[in-house]
Amino acid sequence: MFSEAAVREIQEIRAKYPTARAALLPAIYVAQREFGWLTPEAYEAVSDLLGVPKAIARGVGTFYAMYKQKPMGRHVVQLCTNVSCMILGAERLVDFLKSRFGLEPGGTTPDGRFSLVIMECIGACGTAPAMLVNDDFYENLTEKSIEDILGKYD
Amino acid sequence: MEKVLLKNIENPRSADIDEYKKAGGYRSLSKALDMASKDIIEEVKKAGLRGRGGAGFPVAMKWTFASGDPKFPKYLLCNADEGEPGTFKDRPILEKNPHLLIEGMIISGYALGAEYGYIYLRGEYPAAKGILNKAIRQAYENGYLGDSVLGRKTKFHLAVHQGAGAYICGEETALIESLEGDKGQPRIKPPFPVNVGVFSKPTVVNNVETLANLPYLISIGGEAYARIGSPECPGPKIYCVSGHVERTGVYELPMGTNLKDIIYTHCGGIKGGKKLKAVIPGGISTPVLPPDKIDCPMDFVNMPKHGSMLGSGAVIVMDETVCLVKVCYRALKFFEHESCGKCTPCREGTGWLRRILGRIEGGEGMDGDVDLLLAIAGNIIGKTFCPLGDGAASVVQNFIKHFRPEFEAHIKNKGCGAGQTSI
Repeated sequence: MFSEAAVREIQEIRAKYPTARAALLPAIYVAQREFGWLTPEAYEAVSDLLGVPKAIARGVGTFYAMYKQKPMGRHVVQLCTNVSCMILGAERLVDFLKSRFGLEPGGTTPDGRFSLVIMECIGACGTAPAMLVNDDFYENLTEKSIEDILGKYD
Repeated sequence: MEKVLLKNIENPRSADIDEYKKAGGYRSLSKALDMASKDIIEEVKKAGLRGRGGAGFPVAMKWTFASGDPKFPKYLLCNADEGEPGTFKDRPILEKNPHLLIEGMIISGYALGAEYGYIYLRGEYPAAKGILNKAIRQAYENGYLGDSVLGRKTKFHLAVHQGAGAYICGEETALIESLEGDKGQPRIKPPFPVNVGVFSKPTVVNNVETLANLPYLISIGGEAYARIGSPECPGPKIYCVSGHVERTGVYELPMGTNLKDIIYTHCGGIKGGKKLKAVIPGGISTPVLPPDKIDCPMDFVNMPKHGSMLGSGAVIVMDETVCLVKVCYRALKFFEHESCGKCTPCREGTGWLRRILGRIEGGEGMDGDVDLLLAIAGNIIGKTFCPLGDGAASVVQNFIKHFRPEFEAHIKNKGCGAGQTSI
């Protein structure tokens, strides 16, 4: 079940579109924030509120890379390794996250502090290599700067 | 050249409506509303404005089709799903100049008779979402958006729709599917979105940079605008340069600036005095060029004559240290990940290409692999609904066309000594 605030938020989103179905993507964002990740209950809540079949909600939810299909760490490190970042050292950063933080691509640290997601171009190619930690951009990364940045996230 | 699209972005408060108005913002909107909508389309036609998303389609033609369709309401969608690897040209507009985009959208909406607009923003730009939502709120409060724009009969409503990480949604029909609440899988055309688009209504999809050109175009008029840059496709253009140059970044220059000048004059040449090896001129999907082929004007008309495409104007520069087999492998890994799965040649072919490139890169390539890559690529091109499959196949074809000996050497010598990639 959604909280009352989430229901209100989704109703406000719904009002921006001529159909309820169009509110599905933003509603899934609200659901993953409310439930932490897209649990069966999260999809059910979205489906009930918008009147969209559960199979559709889940089908759409699993199509997009930024929806969380499993529990994630408290902070999600989203490191780009596409060409512009790769040629400026993103591979070394993947290796560093593994050796220094025990973070494997797609994995979560045992203490639940970080998850690592490998991204496909985050639009920071001029300041590569780059990553997002949750909603914040970090650019011109080195092993040293990653160590300092991640130190700020408990 | 006077900055149009990146005007005032050094001002830390450039995203605020008061700063924008102080710099002359929203004056073009008043001027446009005094014109007949068909006269605006006529100015855009005179200006020769072409879409900046990659295809370079004439904007006035798209608008004429949509405005001539008798169905209502009509929709204007801004494609802010900037996902072509190497591309970061729309991000400064979205984050630093949101009102330029909003003013451009209101003018465009009025010209083509659209009363509703959505900005389809990629999920990977969370900061831009907040900035755009705030700018939209300010535009409503100032009477630029709503049921009565500037107190007139014109109505225009605007909202941000956030994507969730799918490159394919940059393709206009996939974007429409996604906005409607579905998987981002392209539709077959026709019907074209200008007749049957979002919610089955006439729809124009234009790129951020295209729409951001409108306020300036209207303020100086189509004829004056047509004198900027290339005669065949005029206007200012944002080139975004990444990789091995001294000064990476966004450069607003006249359309048709020579690729060589962009790299050697504006960006200060190859980093650390190393030798240039290859350039991808317009985002990862556009054909790679060797160093002796980069003396060409960067616009929609001239790049194809020089064996590539303008694409998004995303220049990726690679120096002599780069292993091009690895770059090609990484590009195909991207296309495999982003293939929506609808068309078999793309869904199966991108993965097959990636696996072969992976084994060549890892030192396990086999005799005949290069020809096998070309055979698979040839069976993808032209056999899919949308250009994603074509892009993937063309990357393989062009890397082999210009750098075949490097691929052959990789197979013969079991790699290049750079070691297997961890990504």
